[in-house]
Amino acid sequence: MSADLRAVEVSRGERVRAVVRGVGEVLITAGLVLLLFVAWQLWWTDVEANRAQAAITDDLHELWGDEARKPRPAPTAEPAEPPPPPPDYGPPPEVPDPESGSAFGIVHVPRFGADFQPRPIVEGTDLALLEDGVGHYEKTALPGQVGNVALAGHRVTYGRPFNLIAELVPGDAVVLETADAWFTYRMRSSTIVTPERVDVVAPVPEQPGAVPTERLLTLTACHPMYSARERFIVYSVFESWQPKSAGEPASLALPASALPAPDGSTSSTTGE
Amino acid sequence: MYGWLWGHLPGPLVVRLLTALLLVAAVVAVLFLWVFPLAAPLVPFNDNTVE
Repeated sequence: MSADLRAVEVSRGERVRAVVRGVGEVLITAGLVLLLFVAWQLWWTDVEANRAQAAITDDLHELWGDEARKPRPAPTAEPAEPPPPPPDYGPPPEVPDPESGSAFGIVHVPRFGADFQPRPIVEGTDLALLEDGVGHYEKTALPGQVGNVALAGHRVTYGRPFNLIAELVPGDAVVLETADAWFTYRMRSSTIVTPERVDVVAPVPEQPGAVPTERLLTLTACHPMYSARERFIVYSVFESWQPKSAGEPASLALPASALPAPDGSTSSTTGE
Repeated sequence: MYGWLWGHLPGPLVVRLLTALLLVAAVVAVLFLWVFPLAAPLVPFNDNTVE
């Protein structure tokens, strides 16, 4: 009798132990899956998106019949001469309406440095589309048009095209390349807004309903990084355009201040 | 769970180890290719548009 009881006790103890062990294993597994998810989000989406976006950029160059780009010469440490005023080619050309989801341009941001991979511009801002590059808000202006060209890009994950958006300073070039032309915009200001502020992509930003007279460009990205609480907004103004046949615009040159400077004493090299 | 799985893997130790590694790789692949992309819209650090 007592032996039987002990056997029951033992088997119950084993069952309890098995359940506890099972629950522990499930919890450990869940933790590992969450860690894997973070690795996937922060690392693998970059790997995949960088590869996909480079392929799309190559396809665009091929489609547009661009000659293979020579790698831009490494910038010298001397402060650059002020660039000559860009030549005037008249009013900017019309960019044909892109199909939803298709890539129709490439964005270059010299401030982001020589390592920055120029990113495709795709029509639309769905999350899935932003894996292919930066998204052009549908129904906003097209490059060169009067109004506001609005582009959304990831600041982290999926190739993070706008990772360094907060580094832009007024006067920095944002260059949009299309099939036939280069459009140079100059950064004017930045702001931080809440996500529902759609007026930042209005034809006249922050004045919904106003009739635009300027040619503007607005970039949007998440803010702070790794958060959806706010959006980082950069406004730029159209400066010039040039046809592809005229070659690359001078505005693609890396800004001199983007060069690594020994403890910020860049100006002393030209002084007495 | 894992003990039960290990007990049911056939073959000598080396074969079991390789099978276990393959299983882990398969699970990671399924997560990376299908599960995580579906879960990504639900986490908040990918929103960069105003809407």
